[in-house]
Amino acid sequence: MSRIKQAFETLEGQGKKALIPYITAGDPQKEATVPMMHALVDAGADIIELGVPFSDPMADGPTIQLACERALAHNTSLHDVLGMVAEFRKTNDKTPVVLMGYLNPVERMGYEEFATSAVASGVDGVLMVDLPPEEAIDVADFFKSRDLDMIYLIAPTTKDERMEAIAHAGSGYVYYVSLKGVTGSKALDVDDVARNLERIRRHVSIPVGVGFGISNGETAAAVSKVCDGVIVGSAIVNLIAANAEDAAAARTDVSALVNSMRTALDA
Amino acid sequence: MSTNNPFDIDLPDARGHFGIHGGRFVSETLTAALEELTETYEKLRNDADFQAAFDKDLAHYVGRPSPLYLAERLTEACGGAQIWLKREDLNHTGAHKVNNTIGQALLAKFMGKKKVIAETGAGQHGVASATVAARFGLECKVFMGSTDVERQKLNVYRMKLLGAEVESVESGTKTLKDAMNEAMRHWVTNVDDTFYIIGTAAGPHPYPMLVRDFQSVIGREVQRQSEEQIGRQPDALVACVGGGSNAIGLFHPYIKYPDVAMYGVEAGGLGLDGDQHAAPLSKGIPGVLHGNRTYLMEDENGQIMGTHSISAGLDYPGVGPEHSWLKDVERATYVAATDDEALDAFHKLTQLEGIMPALESSHAVAYAMKLAATMDKDQAIVVNLSGRGDKDIHTIAALDGVTA
Repeated sequence: MSRIKQAFETLEGQGKKALIPYITAGDPQKEATVPMMHALVDAGADIIELGVPFSDPMADGPTIQLACERALAHNTSLHDVLGMVAEFRKTNDKTPVVLMGYLNPVERMGYEEFATSAVASGVDGVLMVDLPPEEAIDVADFFKSRDLDMIYLIAPTTKDERMEAIAHAGSGYVYYVSLKGVTGSKALDVDDVARNLERIRRHVSIPVGVGFGISNGETAAAVSKVCDGVIVGSAIVNLIAANAEDAAAARTDVSALVNSMRTALDA
Repeated sequence: MSTNNPFDIDLPDARGHFGIHGGRFVSETLTAALEELTETYEKLRNDADFQAAFDKDLAHYVGRPSPLYLAERLTEACGGAQIWLKREDLNHTGAHKVNNTIGQALLAKFMGKKKVIAETGAGQHGVASATVAARFGLECKVFMGSTDVERQKLNVYRMKLLGAEVESVESGTKTLKDAMNEAMRHWVTNVDDTFYIIGTAAGPHPYPMLVRDFQSVIGREVQRQSEEQIGRQPDALVACVGGGSNAIGLFHPYIKYPDVAMYGVEAGGLGLDGDQHAAPLSKGIPGVLHGNRTYLMEDENGQIMGTHSISAGLDYPGVGPEHSWLKDVERATYVAATDDEALDAFHKLTQLEGIMPALESSHAVAYAMKLAATMDKDQAIVVNLSGRGDKDIHTIAALDGVTA
């Protein structure tokens, strides 16, 4: 069983929802990433989404754009990111890691080399925001044959028949983008998310994580009532940016935020 | 035309692919909007009312057909094939861009969208978008990299006069690619009431097809005018290629006639040896950016590289997917002209013909001059003079050490 599936099953057994923090690998320094991943787990993270920096993050707001720029300022490559996951796995064999980013760096490495290295490094799933299922047919089969989960997005604008196709193509979980916008947007409407989740559940049987616009424990707890996991990105990345000169302080602040979300989710 | 002509083929396919290129690589939120646009366009492309409205504005608003002009003194100076200029610079707003913005603004109107957005590099597409927004009573916001805002002040002011809001983009390299990122981000947030007018023949399906179709009026006119004025079809076509909209407009109607050679001229910048250029077809490899697979300038890790060209309109690391296909099937040849060659061509055309070309178009003129010299006097080249040079006077004056 994949680590992702195992994680959701364990949580379900405990009556809990998944807390899925996102950080951009190599932000602000390459050495900061693995200690931050461990800190996230210690503070209550169930799955980690690790961003692969890209020069043109079209679907991201300013917070993650700047994180990509900081990571790319010292050339954090996909090779480096895979190395970070391998390092993390030395002491953590349980927490699933999903690589999140854009297709081009993966294409440049080559699907075969990427899939092989990703599995060897201990990566569990891949989410490429600019790779919809229609364009992913070859890649998806390839990744799935290596036991890499393919995680796809569902948006408020996704029509029912497409949800069917996405549910069929995806594995691990689907990522519901809670609003029309880029990452780090503010106004998440919990009622709207609830209505859409009802629609999604009719087509999708694997777990549904909700992201975009979740920045505090209160929203996380409210959203978690209708989904299986909450994804928190920009709120964490903002704290990393605010402590760009002090990795230990960044870990302290991020841990406090993640911990407060864990508490809110479990309450 | 024989049925075994490999170039007599209707592309893109239903999912927007030109060979391995093109497609629709976007985040999920935009998929529904792109599907809606594709469906609307499929209905309207054969709709008599829509086509009549488009043709009417091309004739009476843009001023088409644009002339095909024999540049006699330039021809003489090069000492070879006749050089004919397709005068897109004489269009309303001074470039070919307006052909496409009229078409897309009409689509926006038919779809009931009241707001339009656009990205721009040199500002020509921004001006053309702001112009048609005024013409059709649409609210318009133009995204432009702050580097380009600085080097194209005149066009920025033009857009503002036309009632558009110009959003200066500070992210990334602060040029066209970043303007396109920002326009996509705005669109994803305002997708219900906003139409995105993409200016170049790149981006997610159906944009490369839309822009190609709207710009193909250029090539169709050249086919007709060549029969009338040259007495036959030309031997070669030459056009500059940034994203490639003017070039595909000229080339597309000719693709299935392989006797007509096609040359796309990329921005060679400081030379193709280093990385100070914007020539993905000459030096790049296929990758995925801005919603399509196409030749890109990227580093060994798949990060998109900054580009350099004297001309803001060519300063783009990607290219329209149909050009990538034309390169792969060897139907078109892609070459480059450097900043210096383009500048030289600018001065030559200005002095010999009294026509001041845009710096983008000067790249095409530069290569055509070289090509003409290798051809016979009874041969003919048609160069797409895609825009006029007024917007570049300050750049050229600064390079020449003149305070204009």
